[in-house]
Amino acid sequence: MTDATAETPRRGSGTGSLMVPDARTAKRNAREKRFRLYGLVAVCTGILMLALLLTSILSAGLSAFRQTTIQVEVPLVAERLDPEGNRDPAQMAKVTTFGYAPLLRDALIGTIESAGIETELDPRAIADMVSDESVAQLRAFVLANPGVLGQTIPVEVLASGRIDGFFKGRVTYQTAELDKNISPEQLQLAEALQEAGLLATGFNWRFITAPDASTTRPEAAGLGVAILGSFYMMLVVLALALPIGVAASIYLEEFAPQNKFTDLIEVNISNLAAVPSIVFGILGLAIFINFAGLPQSAPIVGGLVLTLMTLPTIIIATRASLKSVPPSIRSAALGLGASRMQTVFHHVLPLAMPGILTGTIIGLAQALGETAPLLLIGMVAFVREYPGAPWEGGLFDPATALPVQVYNFTQRSDPAFVERASGAIIVLLIFLLIMNLAAIFLRRKFERRW
Amino acid sequence: MNDMRFTERTVATDEVKIAAKGVQVYYGDTHAIKDVTIDIADKTVTAFIGPSGCGKSTFLRCINRMNDTIPSARVEGDIRIDGEDIYDKRVDPVQLRAKVGMVFQKPNPFPKSIYDNVSYGPKIHGLARNKAELDEIVETSLRRAALWDEVKDRLGAPGTGLSGGQQQRLCIARAVATSPEVLLMDEPCSALDPIATDQVENLIHELRERYSVVIVTHSMSQASRVSQRTAYFHLGEMVEYGDTGDIFTNPKDERTENYITGRIG
Ligand SMILES: Nc1ncnc2c1ncn2[C@@H]1O[C@H](COP(=O)(O)OP(=O)(O)OP(=O)(O)O)[C@@H](O)[C@H]1O
Ligand SMILES: [Mg+2]
Repeated sequence: MTDATAETPRRGSGTGSLMVPDARTAKRNAREKRFRLYGLVAVCTGILMLALLLTSILSAGLSAFRQTTIQVEVPLVAERLDPEGNRDPAQMAKVTTFGYAPLLRDALIGTIESAGIETELDPRAIADMVSDESVAQLRAFVLANPGVLGQTIPVEVLASGRIDGFFKGRVTYQTAELDKNISPEQLQLAEALQEAGLLATGFNWRFITAPDASTTRPEAAGLGVAILGSFYMMLVVLALALPIGVAASIYLEEFAPQNKFTDLIEVNISNLAAVPSIVFGILGLAIFINFAGLPQSAPIVGGLVLTLMTLPTIIIATRASLKSVPPSIRSAALGLGASRMQTVFHHVLPLAMPGILTGTIIGLAQALGETAPLLLIGMVAFVREYPGAPWEGGLFDPATALPVQVYNFTQRSDPAFVERASGAIIVLLIFLLIMNLAAIFLRRKFERRW
Repeated sequence: MNDMRFTERTVATDEVKIAAKGVQVYYGDTHAIKDVTIDIADKTVTAFIGPSGCGKSTFLRCINRMNDTIPSARVEGDIRIDGEDIYDKRVDPVQLRAKVGMVFQKPNPFPKSIYDNVSYGPKIHGLARNKAELDEIVETSLRRAALWDEVKDRLGAPGTGLSGGQQQRLCIARAVATSPEVLLMDEPCSALDPIATDQVENLIHELRERYSVVIVTHSMSQASRVSQRTAYFHLGEMVEYGDTGDIFTNPKDERTENYITGRIG
């Protein structure tokens, strides 16, 4: 027996039967079970957090995609909108929104009367039920189509923010009592209009396409300029960061000699990836705006700043995926007499492609959600004009960006902007989701067996 | 070792193809090849034998400068092919490697189709003027590597999907397709069954008519079957070099004798 113990390591229990787990095995299994449990708890916590986040955003923001509008028949009285009577747009433009406001007010009263609804509200209170933006819209429409003068046209006007809030549950009769912007009588009238089929709540395309609106017109605020600005910046980032990042990575990984200098570069790139984004904003302000004289609030500057930020991410991801290509592939190509460049472009790069693309898209997604550096370069400005097309210098026109627009909305006092901010977050999240799906798709498409 | 047939022992020509003099290779501080001097004849099969880790692959890589791609490797000494110093500054290793083909110890097909694997070399070196010629090269190369019959119906299938032995033959076909003047084969038959081994050995015989072939092998019987000259490496040194028949029947060095009689390695 003593001989045997000297030769073979002793088992925990002496039975030797495979049917009964010995003490050591039982302990190991218990440990494994515990570890699995920890893991499961961690995953569940993560999912719970995500679910909480999503529900809070969705519950607050989904209503931004619905908008209450009122159907009004507006008689466009030619004498008042075109006093000179010559249909000259330049002359017509002299009539400001103050000229249009009474027209719309009278039309609204007329619509209410012809629907047979009784109301004791004075004309001012009735006019307050539609957004100020509607008057501006009506004016823009008439200026664009002078031919409609003299006709009576049906117009779908935006209800005011409070009326809109009433149909979304944000405003009630109780809150209306205390609110100087809305009265319970106005709410009653709105309900009557809804019954008459003149007021409806439908999908809010304007939220996605319209530009921002002033702090008193939350119902008109949209993301059009912000989406365009973000899109332009992504174009700049993609056009600059991808080629520069990939070229730098290929050089560092495949051509550069391994020495102190390249080590230094490597350390610096890793550090760059960890630099707080606001630092890039300060850098962008100093270099691109103050030194190079590029315009403020322009997508080109935002794109350049975000390129600086995204480069390290792309370089790190690209280098990692180049490194993961087995060296035997390089030997095979070099051994056949391929040049280094042929080796890289014919064999290494195609294999590294899924990793490079994933890294790029993750970098872009990061850039898309970045706010701090954009605040510093003036993209926080209030912009109502759409930037032009990229080939018409639109990259140099003022614009905002989606995350900055979220920030902007949250800074405004009207509670209706809470809904807009959450809605903007939803739009941002949808874009991020699309980008991640694209990353997965590209990865699948380019992935190859070794 | 009773299947040793010292056929074709005679060296066809005495013309020296590769002349190495005082070659030293270091990997960082490791001295992997110690002062190797060897003349490898043209139109001859030369076998490198020796225990694992003795530097056979390392020396083989010196001949097509694949050691250049290993950052820590440093090669000293003088290696000439057709009298030209291949480590001369003016020599482009890319051009050299087109002339000196290599089959690696581990099969390393490209993750592309079988066809693309074989046609890659001819393509980049412009050996085919059109698709028909390329097809022709691919077919002959695969035939010579004894792989054609197995893959002729699935040339578009990925080369990495083949079995280990098939991959090895694919790599041989790939190396042969560029028509190198010297072919370096690092254990080309290590994963092959006797039938495929026989076919590859036939290929080596055939190649010898035109090229100089250097083959690393752990199989003494293979060395004796295919080679005319044999070099025995031991711990980075080349201990003995001579006609294969002499090395196997009448080794001069004790270490060689111990190795081929199976006492070491
Ligand atoms: N890339 C490398 N870096 C560092 N050392 C290396 C490298 N390649 C080989 N060596 C060392 O050089 C020596 C010779 O290796 P080599 O691969 O040439 O042996 P070999 O004779 O081909 O062995 P085997 O028969 O097992 O293939 C070994 O000691 C090995 O550790
Ligand atoms: Mg080897």
